[in-house]
Order: sequence, then C-alpha cells, then structure tokens
Amino acid sequence: MNIPFVKRALDNGLEVLLHEDHDCPIVAVNIWYHVGSKNERPGHTGFAHLFEHLMFEGSEHYDRDYFHPLQGAGAALNGSTNADRTNYWEVVPTAALELALWMESDRMGYLLPALTPAKFSNQRDVVLNERRQNYENRPYGLASMAMLAALFPPDHPYHWPTIGETADLRVADLDEVQAFFRRYYHPANASLALAGDIDAEEALALVGAYFGEIPPGPPVAPVRAEASRSREARLSLEDRVELPRLYLAWPTPPMFAPGDAELDLAADVLANGRASRLHRRLVYDERIATDVSAAQSSREIGSFLQIAATAAPGRTLAELERAIAEEVARLAESGPTDEEIDRGRVQAEAHFTFRLQTVGGFGGKSDQLNAYNVFLGDPGFFDEDLGRYQRATKRSLQDAVAPLVDPARRVALSVVPQGRLDLAVPDSTPAVVS
Amino acid sequence: MSARVDRSRLPAPGAVKPFAFPAVDKSALPNGLRVWSVRHAAVPVVSLMVLVGRGAADDPPGRDGLAALTADMLDEGSRGRSAIEVHEALARIGGHLETDIGPDGTALTVSTLSRFLGRALDLLADMVARPSLTEGDFARVRQLRLHRLRQLRDVPGAVAERAFARLLYGDDPYGHTPVGSERTVERIESDDVRRFHAAMFEPSSAVLLAVGDCEHDAIVRLAGETFAGWTAAAPAPAPVAAPPAAPARLNVLARPGAPQSELRIGHIGVARNTPDYHALVAANMVLGGQFVSRLNLNLRQDKGYTYGARTRFDFRRRPGPFAVQVGVHTAATAHAVSECLREIREIRGPRPIARDELALAVAALTEGYARNFETAEQIARAATEIALYDLPDDYFAQFPPAVERITADEATSAAARHLHPDRLTTLVVGDVEAIRADLAGLDLGEPVVLSPEAF
Repeated sequence: MNIPFVKRALDNGLEVLLHEDHDCPIVAVNIWYHVGSKNERPGHTGFAHLFEHLMFEGSEHYDRDYFHPLQGAGAALNGSTNADRTNYWEVVPTAALELALWMESDRMGYLLPALTPAKFSNQRDVVLNERRQNYENRPYGLASMAMLAALFPPDHPYHWPTIGETADLRVADLDEVQAFFRRYYHPANASLALAGDIDAEEALALVGAYFGEIPPGPPVAPVRAEASRSREARLSLEDRVELPRLYLAWPTPPMFAPGDAELDLAADVLANGRASRLHRRLVYDERIATDVSAAQSSREIGSFLQIAATAAPGRTLAELERAIAEEVARLAESGPTDEEIDRGRVQAEAHFTFRLQTVGGFGGKSDQLNAYNVFLGDPGFFDEDLGRYQRATKRSLQDAVAPLVDPARRVALSVVPQGRLDLAVPDSTPAVVS
Repeated sequence: MSARVDRSRLPAPGAVKPFAFPAVDKSALPNGLRVWSVRHAAVPVVSLMVLVGRGAADDPPGRDGLAALTADMLDEGSRGRSAIEVHEALARIGGHLETDIGPDGTALTVSTLSRFLGRALDLLADMVARPSLTEGDFARVRQLRLHRLRQLRDVPGAVAERAFARLLYGDDPYGHTPVGSERTVERIESDDVRRFHAAMFEPSSAVLLAVGDCEHDAIVRLAGETFAGWTAAAPAPAPVAAPPAAPARLNVLARPGAPQSELRIGHIGVARNTPDYHALVAANMVLGGQFVSRLNLNLRQDKGYTYGARTRFDFRRRPGPFAVQVGVHTAATAHAVSECLREIREIRGPRPIARDELALAVAALTEGYARNFETAEQIARAATEIALYDLPDDYFAQFPPAVERITADEATSAAARHLHPDRLTTLVVGDVEAIRADLAGLDLGEPVVLSPEAF
C-alpha cells in the first residue's frame, strides 16, 4: 500500500510533491510550512496560530478575504497550526487549480504588504474568541494547557499551548509578528503537495510559474529540546464540571522514533473502544468511571502518552489512579495477548486504508505526503509507516510501556468541580493556567 | 512557461468537468427490507449501514431519549455474544461502528476492509435485528447515559439546543433533543427499550445501504441470508404533531461567569418537501450558511464577537427549525443579538440578495459538488437523504442545475416567505446577570428566565 508520487524541488528550495488520482474531478492543494508553536519563545507565544488566521485576510495582489474567490470556485478550504507545523489546503474542482496556486503563492510571497494593524487587531480578537469557545467555555477545556505546562518545562517549546497565552496575544507587536513571518513562511521552509486530477508534469510547470519567483528566506534551524521527569507532578484544577476527571501523562519518544508506534498500539489496548482493558475494567465491570481514553500524542521532538478517566458519581479519582496504574504495570509485565496484537495489526491496516479514500483536507493523501516529507524527508514513507505497526511484537510493546510504570515519570492532573479540591488525588497542588 | 505570472488579477477558473454521480442499485428482500448499494471501488473498503425512518420524534410522551437509548443498546450483545464480545468481533475485522440518531431516523454504520464484508454484515444484522437487550446491560447503559446528561449540564451548546427545541416546539415530538433529559431517561425501563425496538426496528421501515468495494448481487444474497429471520411488523404510526408553542421573544438561561453567551435565534421553518427547497438553501448560504455569509462576516470578521456564526434551515419530515447558532463574547451579547435580528430582517427585502452574493453562494454549492462523493461514508450519508425523504434516484445529478436556476429575486422572495421576524424567539445561555441591562436595551420585552432543571 502506498501513495505514488513525484518529488521535485524548485531553485528557491520549495519542495513539490505530485500525486495523480483521477477518480474525482478535484485537486487537493496542500502546503506545509515547517513552523509551529515550538518555534516561538516564552512571552511571544501564539504567533504561528495567529498567522494561520492572517493568511486568509488578503495579500498584496488580492487584498480581500481569501474565502470569497475560493468558495466561489467551489473549493473547500482550511488550515491548522500545531506545535510542529502549519498547513493550509484547498480542494478545488480541476479547472480551478491555477486559482489555488495563484492564491497560495501570493500569500506566501506577498502577504506582509497587506498586513495592516486593523487586520492584525481584528484577528487577534477572533483568536481570543476561539480561545474562549474551545478552551475557557468548555468543560475540562483548560486541562490540556495545564498538562502541557506540567509535562514540559518552561523553556521547552511544547510548554505553551499553540493558541498562545492570552497575555502574550494582547501585547503582541505587529513588527515582531512580521519578522516571524519573514523568518518562517518562505519557499525554503515549505512543502507543497498536489493530489488529484492532475498531470504531474503540467502541474509541476504551473507550480514553477507561480512559486518560482518567490525568493527563499533564511534557513531554519531545527528546534531541539529534551523533556524528562525525575519526580511526579500532582496537580489539581477547578472547573465548571459535574464529575471529576483524572489525567495521567508521561513524556514518550518522538513521532516515528522507536517505541512511538508501540505506544500508539498500547494506548489502543488500554483504552480504545469497548474491547479495551481499561474500558472493560473501569466502565463495564467495576463501573467506577463513566468514560476512559488513552492516546499517544506523537510530536516531532517529543511525544506524550495520556490516559484520562472521568469518575462515576460517588467514586474517587484515587480509585481510578490505582486501577490505571495497575493496568499499565500489568501490560508492561505480561505484554499484550496474541489476540490484542492481531487486532492491532488489522486496525492499523484499516486505518491506513480508510485514509487513502480522500485526496485533500486534514489527513487526506496530500496532507500525508507532506507530513512524511516535512518530518522525515521521505514522502514515500506510507508503507513503512504501516510497517512500524505491523512489526510491533509483544516484546517491543512491553519495552515501550515499561518506562511508564514508575510514577516518578508522570504528571497526574485532577480536574474537579469548583470548590472541590478535596476530590483531587492526594498530594496535589493547584495548577496555574492563564 | 513564461517567467512571470500575471498578478494583476485572479485567473478565471475553467468550466467544471462533468462528473457522473454514483448510481444506486436497488432491490428488496421478501421481508420488505430494501437493499441498496453503490459501487465505489477505488479503495478496498466498504461502509454498511442500516437506516430506519424512526428517531427521536418517535419517543413516547415523557420518554424523551428512548430512541437514542435503544440505538445505544443495539451493540450490547446479541445471539450469545456479550457486549465485549461484539466489540472484540468488530475489532478483529478492523471495523468501525457509528450510531447516528436524529429526529426522523436512526442509522447504524459499520465500515471495514472489504475482505471482511460478510462478517461485518453479520455483525450489523445481529445488532439491528436480534440484539439481546438484557436487563443488566440496560441498567449499565442507562446509568452511563445519566452520567453523560449530567456532564452536558456544563456544555453550553447542549444546554442551548435542548432549551431551544422545547421553546419552539413545546410538547410536539420535535420538542426535545435525541439524548433526552435526566428526568425522562431516569424513568425509562428495559421493557420500554424492547417494545421500542420491536415496533421501530422492523424491515419494511428500513434500508440496508452498502457503499464501497462491493457488488449488488452479492450484497443482496448475503443480506437475504443474514436478515432472513428479521420479520416485518406493521409500521408504527407516525408521531402526532402538537399545537404550536408560543414562546416569548426573549428567553435567558443563566450560566454565571460564562466567558461566552451561546445564542439561538429562530422559529419553526419548513419541511424537506417544500417547493422552495433549493431557493432556501441558496438564501441560507447568503445569510449564514458559509464563511463568507452576511452573518459570519458581520459578527466574526467585522466585529470580532465570535469564532463563527451560522444559520440553518433544518428540513425535516415535518417542519424543522430555522435558527441562528453562535457563541459570542459575553460583553458583546446584546449587540450580537441585535445584529442577527437586523440581518434576518434585511435579507427579506430591505437589503435583498444581490446577484453577486447569489452567484457566490451558488458556486460554493455546485462547483465543488463532486467533493462530497469521495469516500464510501460520504456517499452512504448522501444516500440516506434519498431514503429518508423519498427523493428521486437522480437527485444528486439534478441538484446543481436546480440551484443554478435560482435567481437573486427568487432567493430573496423565498427568504421573505419563510423568515418571520415577528415570530423569532431568542435564547441567551450565558452570564445573564452581567448583561441584564444590555438585554433590556434590546426592546424584546421582559426576558423569561429559564431554569436548566425544566429541560
């Protein structure tokens, strides 16, 4: 199984990936800039995400919002920012490919002349609203921020949330923000993938015409940082919630590193779906939790594995903590069963196969090609990536889980109803979240 | 290729390429189960769905949430397999189960690699036609539902949806959200679930839909075997409409300290079979149906009140709601309400839909239409519309030309016919105390104070 592609580089460093798929008369145009919140620094957070917004507000040669012409041509479009990278994409009817390339290249090469203080201020307000809607006005919404801040020390670039600290956003200075753009949003720091109803050579020529004139920017040095724990952090957070929830998380190996796939599989064994161990024990048998989840959050320079469980009314987070720790230890000690390994393999195959259905959007083929290219330099990694999962063994999974047994390496965060810090697990101190 | 590109204007997109919309092959089993399939074999996956035309509107009075609870019970074991064993069987085929419930229908979908089609179909038939529905499993599932409802007390959107449905519809079967309420779910018993299942999940009211790497004849044969024991029952009577509610113009539900107000503004709209369907879809796009809509550009881009605002006509078997849905910064609540009311008033005539506005909306709806038919699941979901509302087989192919025929005048007239400013009711879920004075300035009369326990 793979995604066939052609890879070229323009003189200005832009890497171009092309994949033909003529099933639907549409083309996905997907661009990754290798910049995320990890390229920011304390006191100046939220820039990458703010740019994601600003990139839709007009460029020098089209100084109106970008949704108009693209939606008017029948496109779906969006973008996203995370700690490691920013992506923008459109899925357009075949005949609108040039429009998409014109606009993507214009906002890469000619954004700053159109970036006015009014737009900046306006989008900052939108981002503050986004923060309210997705974090502050949502039960358990601030848990992720508290968790990141605890897992990664203050000078580690994963310490702050991608959306940024409110205080930083309020004092962000337009000049600084413009300097950030010049540093990171240019052809030598970008990867462009086209997937769909194209002829690869013709499409490449178009890309060359639209993007070739944009000069490269300064080379971007990779960000490096380490995170490890020597002592458990036990934190609590009050929130507008009815039921307390416990989050346990550990720093784990980076995306694609040895152990990463194993931990993804371990998370499934532990808490993905009704047949998983923690669901069975906590929700089905003992009924001490209303829900439980586990995920390996894979990131470029360091990941974390997080397990979360909500206590059933009248049950305690201490009970949940004990049960989860026991199951993690049991998995490390005896490993997964053969059945669990087999299921993991089939589920991985299914997951990879389903994603081949779509050329664009988040997780579509164009997005995947860019992910492999930006993180590994190898757009053809698809089959190898699936192979990481198929090759996992009982032993390799046990080895990956073993470091999670020692509580010194983890963060325990209790989110409790207002005024109920007594419901947090013992020895917790209040977390501070802006 | 010339060295420099012309950046003095945007390149004009060429004509949209013809696209053959997927054909739906149709058969029926002796027990009345319709079997439809769409071959879409680019990738070796298949989505199998059983859709029944029964949903939350079929909840008996006082048993809000029964349809949803029944749907949730279907994967809790069947034919000697426990709930865990059902999910293990699903996991062994890399299968993914989704249960969707709305007012007019319920759908169970299993998606899997196509080589496991037979096993997936058997599992789906087990769930739909012969679930165990035991007392013990029911007690656990109901308890989990009650826990979930308790948690939803703190989700402003969920609170707003539930309260708004009650405001618009009162005791009508559309007057609640599928999940129900703590009060009603507490009173549901396992016998209710068994009766509901027997009455509502019967083959002559159902469609089996298979989309993906599959063949129609094989699906019919396999379905004939695995659904053989599913016996037809007389279709249950349709839900009975209630007299319309008469809500106050302004209603508030307090969430002290909330950073945002969740707003719903609307009234009862139209049914799916309205002759104005395409005109309303187009008009709604202009008003609040996409990013570049009047309402979103106003509240998000121009004023920075929100992360996103939208409007929607919910076209159901009987008239569903028209509503504005938006979360706004608390301090901006009254202004936001005032702007929403203004936009609704103006699109009816004072500021009619302009030709370029309509062109943008129509293009957004039609030029990229093929995008909606990439994956097996997308196609399956689209086909459910045909099944639920008895649409013609060529519905997909006819949609773009039907929308393209709408003129700006027709879209404006449709908006004028179906948007009624004097019937709008506004619901504010937020820090009401903090904005009390501002809300008074809206001149919508004394606000009715709702208590969350009432829903």
